[in-house]
Amino acid sequence: MNLTLRIWRQKGPEDKGRMVTYQVEDISPDMSFLEMLDVLNERLILADEEPVAFDHDCREGICGMCGLMINGDAHGPQRGTTACQLHMRQFSDGETIDIEPWRARAFPVIKDLVVNRGSFDKIIAAGGYITAPTGSAPEAHATPVPKADADAAFESAACIGCGACVAACPNGSGMLFTAAKVTQLSLLPQGQPERYTRVIGMVDAHDEAGFGGCTNAGECTVVCPKGIPLNTIGRLNRDYLAATAKSGGKPGS
Amino acid sequence: MDLYTEGDPIADTKAPEGPIETRWERRRFSAKLVNPANRRKMTVIVVGTGLAGGSAAATLAEQGYRVKSYCYQDSPRRAHSIAAQGGINAAKNYRNDGDSIHRLFYDTVKGGDFRSRESNVHRLAEVSVNIIDQCVAQGVPFAREYGGLLDTRSFGGAQVQRTFYARGQTGQQLLLGAYQALERQIGLGNVEMNSRHEMLELVVVDGKARGIVVRDLVTGEISTEMADAVVLASGGYGNVFYLSTNAKGCNVTATWRAHRKGAYFANPCYTQIHPTCIPVSGDHQSKLTLMSESLRNDGRVWVPKAKGDDRAPRDIPEDERDYYLERIYPSFGNLVPRDIASRAAKNVCDEGRGVGPTKLGVYLDFADAINRLGRKAIEAKYGNLFEMYERITGEDPYEVPMRIYPAVHYTMGGLWVDYDLQSTIPGLFVIGEANFSDHGANRLGASALMQGLADGYFVLPATIANYLAAGPFEAVDASHPAAVEARRDVEDRITRLLAVDGDRTVDSFHRELGQIMWEHCGMERSEAGLRKAIDEIRALRDQFWQRVRVPGDGEGLNQSLEKAGRVADFFELAELMCVDALHREESCGGHFRAEHQTPDGEAQRDDDRFAYVAAWEYTGTGEPAVLHKEDLKFEYVHPTQRSYK
Amino acid sequence: MAVTGLLLVLFLIAHMLGNLKIFAGPESFNHYAHWLRELGTPLLPAGWYLWLQRGVLLAALVAHIWAATMLAVRARAARPVRYAHRKKIQGSYAARTMRWGGVIIGLFVIYHILDLTTGHLNPVGDPTRPQANVVADFAPERWYVTLFYTLAVVALGFHLRHGAFSAFRSLGQQTPRGERRARNVALVFAVALTAGYLVVPFAVLIGLVR
Repeated sequence: MNLTLRIWRQKGPEDKGRMVTYQVEDISPDMSFLEMLDVLNERLILADEEPVAFDHDCREGICGMCGLMINGDAHGPQRGTTACQLHMRQFSDGETIDIEPWRARAFPVIKDLVVNRGSFDKIIAAGGYITAPTGSAPEAHATPVPKADADAAFESAACIGCGACVAACPNGSGMLFTAAKVTQLSLLPQGQPERYTRVIGMVDAHDEAGFGGCTNAGECTVVCPKGIPLNTIGRLNRDYLAATAKSGGKPGS
Repeated sequence: MDLYTEGDPIADTKAPEGPIETRWERRRFSAKLVNPANRRKMTVIVVGTGLAGGSAAATLAEQGYRVKSYCYQDSPRRAHSIAAQGGINAAKNYRNDGDSIHRLFYDTVKGGDFRSRESNVHRLAEVSVNIIDQCVAQGVPFAREYGGLLDTRSFGGAQVQRTFYARGQTGQQLLLGAYQALERQIGLGNVEMNSRHEMLELVVVDGKARGIVVRDLVTGEISTEMADAVVLASGGYGNVFYLSTNAKGCNVTATWRAHRKGAYFANPCYTQIHPTCIPVSGDHQSKLTLMSESLRNDGRVWVPKAKGDDRAPRDIPEDERDYYLERIYPSFGNLVPRDIASRAAKNVCDEGRGVGPTKLGVYLDFADAINRLGRKAIEAKYGNLFEMYERITGEDPYEVPMRIYPAVHYTMGGLWVDYDLQSTIPGLFVIGEANFSDHGANRLGASALMQGLADGYFVLPATIANYLAAGPFEAVDASHPAAVEARRDVEDRITRLLAVDGDRTVDSFHRELGQIMWEHCGMERSEAGLRKAIDEIRALRDQFWQRVRVPGDGEGLNQSLEKAGRVADFFELAELMCVDALHREESCGGHFRAEHQTPDGEAQRDDDRFAYVAAWEYTGTGEPAVLHKEDLKFEYVHPTQRSYK
Repeated sequence: MAVTGLLLVLFLIAHMLGNLKIFAGPESFNHYAHWLRELGTPLLPAGWYLWLQRGVLLAALVAHIWAATMLAVRARAARPVRYAHRKKIQGSYAARTMRWGGVIIGLFVIYHILDLTTGHLNPVGDPTRPQANVVADFAPERWYVTLFYTLAVVALGFHLRHGAFSAFRSLGQQTPRGERRARNVALVFAVALTAGYLVVPFAVLIGLVR
């Protein structure tokens, strides 16, 4: 396959950045999307040009490191698939493909297609955990968990933190990510003691990081490679309302 | 020139003697403690944020130490532990099926082909039960039964159901549990987290590990970070083969730099090759994807009987197919252990009977299972795996048999550590896949997660206190001559890599190195092959330093530069792996020497000559390494020959 | 958004039901209009209730627009650099047109008040004969008024469809089954309200109401 790529190039955070056009030839349909970029980079290096920086690591769809806007689609056209597992047979010969980084104030561009998603870590640090210092845990079977709850918690826990939800959201909101963790932990008995402080802490951290507000537009769940359902946001809302009602807005009081 | 010399034997002096059941308890009691007020004055550096590093950093911070944590990924949540699928073993005996700490200990020593330390493995089995408690308390959504209790399943190498799991994403869920505990400590200000930072050198002051030199991958800034102790949890080195199931960024640099500074490297040749991976589709291949071993429960492995049979699989009649695992191993059939299945696949491909475009693949056929159980049942069991296969290969495994081939998956070798997980450099502790300690020559399925978390949550936090109790140590800062020198070494190396300005990319060298390693130090090794490999590696390493092209500069994000440094270290490790494989004139676990097999082609151990850990001391690049032997004593599990026929 | 939106929705339902009185004949409709002004008496002086309701509605509307503006401002700030390749809408069309839809509805409401409440823009403009005002408004030769009215009501329909669903969500609707139900309820409600508002002008247009 021969393809025309239009790729966002940006030297650093201060650079303005622009789309640059490249041609790649002899691309095998069996290549993954990132392997296609590898091919381009090898050629750029030998042609004395700067290769395109992009994030990737496990290349099996679980680490959440890769994230590209491909023709306006977060992670590309195939649903339930990260960019690293997307294969070139999804494209046709001669196609023009636009590749851009995730765009959000909370995800500033570091270089080319690489962005800083540290704000996700901050949201987790603000409450996305269960306080259980090592060694303090009771016997695992002390608290049975109904299978349905465990399964539903797992569904939300499958989030890989890639940021596609933010990239696709018309509001630049990170609410699906936040809600996935809130939902996982609030469905489990172990998560109850911190249930309401958690949701307030995480939503505050989310807003502080500069993410937009959720308007239930639903783009996030469509592009989510792990299919985190939109109703997790309803669970977050319910916990949030309950938390503000219980404490007059002050968690823990 | 000799490839190595032999030095004094080495011994683990930390494990207490006496009954194995109480060794860990006695060690914990004899270890010195650090009082809480003093903990706040001490800094511990933890490199890596996988199961071992993440859990260790969180636990040490909970205990009151000041922790500095480093990872090369953009977030500690992305370490490659996340990709583990199957599960985690624990001797809970919830099934009442005869499991016990002793049985887990026994299975692990046997599964490791009698090349691991009994004391360590027993401790691992003891601690395994605490891990499950800890993870459940953190909200890890393990699979449960309708009664609300934890579900378990069976896994290779065991006759009991002791594997806890969270669908096919156990590693992810366990890692997120550790990551959340770590983030909590970061939020509390107890851990200073440095993501997108790579450790490039160890700082040793007066014989003690006192710091590291790191490069900020975003700004390119090199800095020296000092501490009272350094913990390496930087994972395995499977990427020396270029193609492996490891993440692209996995590398040996942290442990190799420590090795160069005096830490011994143990059993580097022990690598685990996983039999069920999606085959290479072409030269562009950048990594290999594992398909869960559970597929072999229902799939039948075969190749055509005739060489070069190019017909489509469905056109090959039943009597022209060779179900070779069922033929050679009638009692275990398609369910033989990983190493055996891998080697058998290699053998049939070497005979010219491999399938697929590259002829390096065998069929894993579900037609019989679909006929017997119906498509629905197969879908329910393996639906997500079949989907993943189709996404990657474009073929529908319900219609066409899957093609699979073995791939490098895990490395049992690593830095040598004593019972306290301390390396031969005082103050340098090594945990998780980065050390060599618990799996011997072969790791059982679902044991890697167990070891990572055992080391990080329970073992290291107890043993490191014994070392730190002698502190706080004399304050040293980045201006200490040893620190300045380490930093200068790092800067010089970067300058050198950038200055070559040659005509080949880093990846092209890495790919070629991988081919040499896979060919000669992969599933089957021979003296002639290993000698050839050593020559080729040395020649290629020279080429690398003359012809590599690293674009850009050291300022700011430069992914080519990162790769170049890692590949340079892989070149040195590769040679040591081959030397280790060459010197070990026996076959055991993941190490199979063609010269040492039973008449029917099985691994032939030589317990009289090789029942030891090979701990290698570095003397210089291309210089003969020094071999230190740690004899292995088996008081509780007596070595036997494995047979699966 | 959800709370203020729901207040406005309550008004919309009452307003639509009132409109439909036009099919019961001019007297009935005019009587209804007068009754509105008397509502609340003798507890309150005549007209007071209406002003009370107007006050509440205005407050809800202002709060609604304020909240929407804040969301829009946050969204703009959250994505300072736009995508070069514009995204296709993959979630919900109604959701993605909330803001422009809201503006259209807002402009319409202003026109609508000047037209049928104060009468300034109405060809008859007689506050004592509301039925005649309506009939004159949607006369066939004033097709553009009908067209604008229709556009605004359709925009309102879309706005309500996502608005109602989103309100359920914001107030804590949380299960997948509940989500399907909420979406269906929102759709049926939006279609019913749109239809309810559109039958009046079209009935006038085709001469059913004169």
